[in-house]
Amino acid sequence: MSTPAAVAPAASRVWLRQLGAVLRLEWRKTLLSRRGWWIYCLALAPVGLTLLHWLLELQRNASNSHHSLGDDSIAFAATFFFFYLKGGIFFGCVGIFNNLFRGEMLEKTLHYYYLTPMRRELLVAGKYLAGLGTAVALFVGSVAASFFLIGRHFGAAYSDYIWHGPGLSQLGWYCLVAALACAGYGAVFLMCGLRYRNPMIPAVVVYVWEGINPFLPSFLQKISVIHYLKGMCPVEVPVPPPLNVMVVDTDPTPAWIAILGLLALTLIVLAYSAVTAREGEISYGE
Amino acid sequence: MSELVTFANVSRFYGEVLGINKVNLSIPPGITSLVGPNGSGKTTLMNLMAGLLRPTQGEIAVLGIPPNQPQRLCRLLGYCTQFDAFPKGLTGWQFLYSFLLLHGMSEAECRRRAAAALERVGMAEAAQRPVAAYSKGMRQRIKLAQAMAHDPQVLVLDEPLNGLDPMARAETIALFRQWGSQGRHVIVSSHILHEVDSISDQVVLLSHGYVVAEGQIQGVRNEVREQPIQILVRCDRPSDLAARLFQQNHVVEAKIQGDGHNLLLRTNDADGLYLLLNRVILDAGLDVESVAPADDDVNSVYQYLIGSEGGTV
Repeated sequence: MSTPAAVAPAASRVWLRQLGAVLRLEWRKTLLSRRGWWIYCLALAPVGLTLLHWLLELQRNASNSHHSLGDDSIAFAATFFFFYLKGGIFFGCVGIFNNLFRGEMLEKTLHYYYLTPMRRELLVAGKYLAGLGTAVALFVGSVAASFFLIGRHFGAAYSDYIWHGPGLSQLGWYCLVAALACAGYGAVFLMCGLRYRNPMIPAVVVYVWEGINPFLPSFLQKISVIHYLKGMCPVEVPVPPPLNVMVVDTDPTPAWIAILGLLALTLIVLAYSAVTAREGEISYGE
Repeated sequence: MSELVTFANVSRFYGEVLGINKVNLSIPPGITSLVGPNGSGKTTLMNLMAGLLRPTQGEIAVLGIPPNQPQRLCRLLGYCTQFDAFPKGLTGWQFLYSFLLLHGMSEAECRRRAAAALERVGMAEAAQRPVAAYSKGMRQRIKLAQAMAHDPQVLVLDEPLNGLDPMARAETIALFRQWGSQGRHVIVSSHILHEVDSISDQVVLLSHGYVVAEGQIQGVRNEVREQPIQILVRCDRPSDLAARLFQQNHVVEAKIQGDGHNLLLRTNDADGLYLLLNRVILDAGLDVESVAPADDDVNSVYQYLIGSEGGTV
């Protein structure tokens, strides 16, 4: 019989070990799991499309191309805004973060975590960071890969655009916006998974709210994640008619306020999730 | 630090449905069995103890620690639940090792404890196989290993013998006895009353969310005064013994059973009957093979108090 477990090392070291253990366990369970195949497809779809675009344009020869580098830049901005922000990252975060707690409840395995001497707040932080790591790796990686591929067929001109023009700065902003989207939506959907038996209902409500955001009055637009993310996008996407007449123009929020605001929102939602987890019970609906 | 697991006026309701009501308990170290039919509140009591549920009212303390402090409680408590579910994609080893890491121990310590726990439940050879490929008995044993791996002072086990073959059952019971004898709490719920009876230092009988009786089984039996106590005497002339005993006022009923050498006596005064037996046996020159109480086991007490048949509660 071994010695009792009550002999504990320093609290800060224990917390770090516990946090590391949650990250390892979550990644071991979820990375490359079959359940997440659609999230990988979602993240890799634009990479596949830009790769196809590059190959087609290579065949056609860049000098005969129907479009300019500026057109590709706007096409990427549109892809980023309409596909990544409004679709891929949103639904990817629904899939990743909703399941961090709700998935464990459905599989009746959450009690294993709750029966460890770990602060529930730390468990929330660990699971969130594991989800965030996955989401950022997938979607920021996908954004970066798509960005590098979309104008690749212009050869040296595109390299110049990236390394000596505005390309690198734009890429930095796109990656930052994608990471902030993962952080913000991730916190919201982790909370939904903890708080609601069917987290898809609040996810749909958030989706509709974010979707109608451009058509809302100015002050209501500010009560959303997408408004702040859109303001940070480096290339503006023109709204096609007839929708453009319905859009309510709002002054973009300065980037530093948007970043701090989104981080603050993330922290507030996470704090609420931590309280919910601390007061939570395991009943698995029985 | 207190040595007891205490419930002070604890109630738990699920909406309007009663889980347990006004439970007052002090559970000392040793093996304690929770006995009761389905829905009597056994699992609710265990979940409350482990902090998986919160009481609607009342106070719980496990060795002085309230269950709403998992960072302290779960160092002292291990709980093998009834849920037959495991995190996906893990081998037996990874399952034990990963959850030990969540205790904040070093990797070397986790490896040592995981290996010891696997050895303890006889699962060392199957450790590298996925848990999903285990049989029911193996899954039960790996859950036991996980509950015991951090060497808790309080081990809570919900139906721990389910799915185990007779050999594994015997080994597991021996393990409980070993833990109980080390001054730890082993709190077990089980459907199989005769097994509970053979291992328990004390029992808690539950029915419809109430604690019907608690304590050492003989003490509980003596408290059931409306049911005459049964004593089985095995001797060479049981009819002679029965006739002599009936002349006294202690015996309510006497029955000759089995091969004709067993006499089952029912009495309202067991102490008086034992004294009388000594005298009668000497006077009559009877050859007595054994004298033993016949109904101070959990099964009988359970029947008297709860009114249903034991064994398949």
